[in-house]
Amino acid sequence: MSVTPPRHGHAFAAERPPDALQRYSEASRLTHWAVALAYVLLFCSGLALFHPFFFWLSGLFGSAALMRVLHPFIGVALAVLFFAYASRLWRENLLLPSDRRWLRGMLGYMTGRDELRVEGKYNAGQKLMYWSMIGFVAGLLATGLLLWRPYVAPAIPVDGRRLAAVLHAVFAFVMFVGIGVHVYAALWTRGSMRAMTQGWVTRRWARYHHPGWYERETAGEPPPDRRESA
Amino acid sequence: MALESLDVRRRSASETRAPDIRSRQEVAKLIDISRCIGCKACQAACMEWNDLREEVGATAGAYDNPADLTASSWTVMRFFEEELPERGLQWLIVKDGCLHCSDPGCLKACPAPGAIVQLSNGIVDFQQEACIGCGYCQAGCPFDVPRYSPKDDKAYKCTLCSDRVAVGLEPACIKTCPTQALSFGAKEDMRALADERVGELKERGYGQAQVYDPSGVGGTHVLYVMPHGDPALYRKPRDPSISPLVALWRSTFARTLGAVTMGAVFLAGFFHWMKVGPVDPDARPEGGEEKRS
Repeated sequence: MSVTPPRHGHAFAAERPPDALQRYSEASRLTHWAVALAYVLLFCSGLALFHPFFFWLSGLFGSAALMRVLHPFIGVALAVLFFAYASRLWRENLLLPSDRRWLRGMLGYMTGRDELRVEGKYNAGQKLMYWSMIGFVAGLLATGLLLWRPYVAPAIPVDGRRLAAVLHAVFAFVMFVGIGVHVYAALWTRGSMRAMTQGWVTRRWARYHHPGWYERETAGEPPPDRRESA
Repeated sequence: MALESLDVRRRSASETRAPDIRSRQEVAKLIDISRCIGCKACQAACMEWNDLREEVGATAGAYDNPADLTASSWTVMRFFEEELPERGLQWLIVKDGCLHCSDPGCLKACPAPGAIVQLSNGIVDFQQEACIGCGYCQAGCPFDVPRYSPKDDKAYKCTLCSDRVAVGLEPACIKTCPTQALSFGAKEDMRALADERVGELKERGYGQAQVYDPSGVGGTHVLYVMPHGDPALYRKPRDPSISPLVALWRSTFARTLGAVTMGAVFLAGFFHWMKVGPVDPDARPEGGEEKRS
């Protein structure tokens, strides 16, 4: 006979509860992780080219010459996957008046107080991350294309390539900070990583972090008191 | 004497100091444009010594052949017709190639350790086996000299015949020049010789004559005597220097700022976790999520 775990303070849910909510589809998750993988490869190879201290990272790619060849191809792959992914999310990321309130309370939330009410599937921090990533991936793609040897760079005037190289490096570092915040936020907000690896979140997670989304998702269900006690 | 073994003074993409106990005399090539007859013997000698063969192309209706520097043409004679206010039509002949800057933009921009070295005698040499074919050297060069070969994805340029200089020979172009337009030796000797020739030219009525040894790149190890003075007539930049964009992009400041920023992201995350810990609504007592503002 199995023992039902106590509902109070049962902490991190490792197994999918029967009433879990689906937050990310399988296609979304796979695309997300393909983008993430491409990002890691791009970051390692870009860093090796940017700073001699990190040149050893080129060993991950067999040789520095091969790494230099692969970097732009991986970059184009990331951009294609990212924009395919992002194009399905833009509606959920439109900024709402409540997002302004959320951002004002963000510092308090980060230092351990409760989160202000989130209306949509994403909070204002996630939305800003979304729009900034659109900008930075586009910027990195554009400047990276201008530097692409041997295909594009020979047709670009040298001052254009110089400017592109500087901007490419600047974008890459700002993007690193953004991705750093993104990864940390996912680790910090327990349940988010699981949502992106397995797709589901607990109802409490949804009610706590995205109450508006929770209410939308559960709109057609019987009242919560009856369901929770079932 | 100037012609002696070649110690490396600087390597691209290398942070630690190069061995510099021995300091070698700096060498220079002097190109006296006033003595050049455009015979291209230097071009042929460069091909012969370096075992280079340019693809046979088509004439563009000028004497320039090939029309530009390429990965297998490290020096090219350029011919310009110029209408000068006081002298009328002039035919200017410029031997083009790498100027071997004291402060080389190519070396500064190169991300591959040791793919570009500066020898202690001033020669800037590309080490193609370490080249990764990124083309950053081209973005770094203020003179538009390095050329990229699509055949092997490597960059090439004049080596000032570093292999010949290492064993006490002068570069092949110098050896073959029939009019003494080209000279080679210690940089200070070449500078003195250039100044002397400028003096002679001024006596002969070339009042604007000057030596081209631009200080913006710390001086070069290829000097020109320019009879008409203005470098722009000879298609050389008047005041070349490493582009501020390249200087910023490859600066210690930018590189350090980048590395510190990355470290700061990791540290900020680590200490935030240690102070605040994770947010886990599933660990809260039931109803804990209701008391939000």
